[in-house]
Amino acid sequence: MAPFPTFTTKQLVDLLRECAGEDEAVDLDGDILDLAFTDLGYDSLALFNTVSRIERDYAVELPEDVVGEAGTPRQLLDLVNAGIAERV
Amino acid sequence: MSGGGTASPRHVITGIGAVAPTGLTCADYWSAVLRGESGIRTLTRFDPSGYSATVAGEIPEYTASRYVPGRLLPQTDRMTRLALIAAEEALADAGADPSAMPPFACGAVTAASAGGFEFGQKELEALWSKGGKYVSAYQSFAWFYPVNTGQISIRHGLRGPGAAVVAEQAGGLDAIAKARRHIRSGTPLMVTGGVDGSLSPWSWLCLIRSGRMSASPDPEAAFLPFDRRAQGAVVGEGGALLVMEDAERARERGASHRYGEVAGYAATFDPRPGSGRPPGLRRAITMALADAGMAPADVDVVFADAYGVPALDAAEAEALAGVFGPRGVPVTAPKTMTGRLLAGSAPLDVATALLSIRDGVLPPTVHVASPAHEHLLDLVRDAPREQRVSSALVVSRGQGGFNSALVVRAAA
Repeated sequence: MAPFPTFTTKQLVDLLRECAGEDEAVDLDGDILDLAFTDLGYDSLALFNTVSRIERDYAVELPEDVVGEAGTPRQLLDLVNAGIAERV
Repeated sequence: MSGGGTASPRHVITGIGAVAPTGLTCADYWSAVLRGESGIRTLTRFDPSGYSATVAGEIPEYTASRYVPGRLLPQTDRMTRLALIAAEEALADAGADPSAMPPFACGAVTAASAGGFEFGQKELEALWSKGGKYVSAYQSFAWFYPVNTGQISIRHGLRGPGAAVVAEQAGGLDAIAKARRHIRSGTPLMVTGGVDGSLSPWSWLCLIRSGRMSASPDPEAAFLPFDRRAQGAVVGEGGALLVMEDAERARERGASHRYGEVAGYAATFDPRPGSGRPPGLRRAITMALADAGMAPADVDVVFADAYGVPALDAAEAEALAGVFGPRGVPVTAPKTMTGRLLAGSAPLDVATALLSIRDGVLPPTVHVASPAHEHLLDLVRDAPREQRVSSALVVSRGQGGFNSALVVRAAA
């Protein structure tokens, strides 16, 4: 049996780029896990758009206030992976 | 509205940004105009076979990420990206830096005809074919009429007056006039004009249903305003944005360009169909001249609305001959090289008029080989006409009865 899929930093960065674009002043390939989304150039609408794509692609339901709760990529990854684990 | 001789602050246009089927910069567009080069071609954005109209002033594909910040790409319709390109060019041309000015010193007024139709169509397709979860959150504003004003204001930090004017195709002149009012009320700098475009199947269908679109598939014969062969309009995408400043403040900061000023403006609305009363176009022109404190003889050139629909062309020719006398003023329609850019055409005509003033040349009307109103109109055809230009009248009509007229004049 295959291991549970895990939502990785790379997958998050790919979806951020696609759903919300990329601020030229930010290096998303750098160490971003604990930086605030606002410092990465993403506002709440950018996160909302990305989160709804994550929910769709990974068939997870995230908490209603996930955008407010996840202030950093690491916090969002944890919430998504918890959602994936719960799903199975 | 008062004329030029009041105590309210005077203004000057200090920057121009233009995007057109023939160029993504003001310089490229203007040199194409002087070469008489047309950007009207068979649509490639989508397959137009099956539609009665198949040609458009389509802006060729370009790499948007080279011009527009990455964060803005997922949230912008094509016409908004073009507006951002024009706004950046206009501010750079003016040498103005809104971020270095007081917080509410700068504002924006743009015109729109339909908003981001292409973006909206994509999201509606996602909604109906896949479901609500597939719709971009950015649909919330990307389709919206004031979206260009909003995106330009956010990008450049324009926190003063912000508005969008919707008056079908005539709104571009109304927007520029509204910017002038903001300068007169004390705002130092306004970005104004309009960039528009809507080349998607959904908007194409709406445009064709207007009954005013040319069915000719020949890019050189589809849009022939004031020609006996005229059979309708061709639309395109693009427009222009201007930087308008309080003249005194522009002088203080050492603005390098002074393209001219908006000397006069008026807008009228047509009477109810069947009322027997004349259309409002002529009245808009005479009121704009009165606002400018100018006589018809003071106008060096008219940038016609030039719809390409025979009855509308005849009405405009009669209105112009009525005001200026038969063949009383050179008339031109450089939009024969771009198509009608919805709410972007009139601002591009204003930009073109300012360049005519700068360079002393009247841009040509192309493809018109069989003039229909030669006894009324002195049409500048095929090649530019060199002459001194110190003022120009720009005329614009929108479907549903909108008429606007605006006079630009060399800066005092």
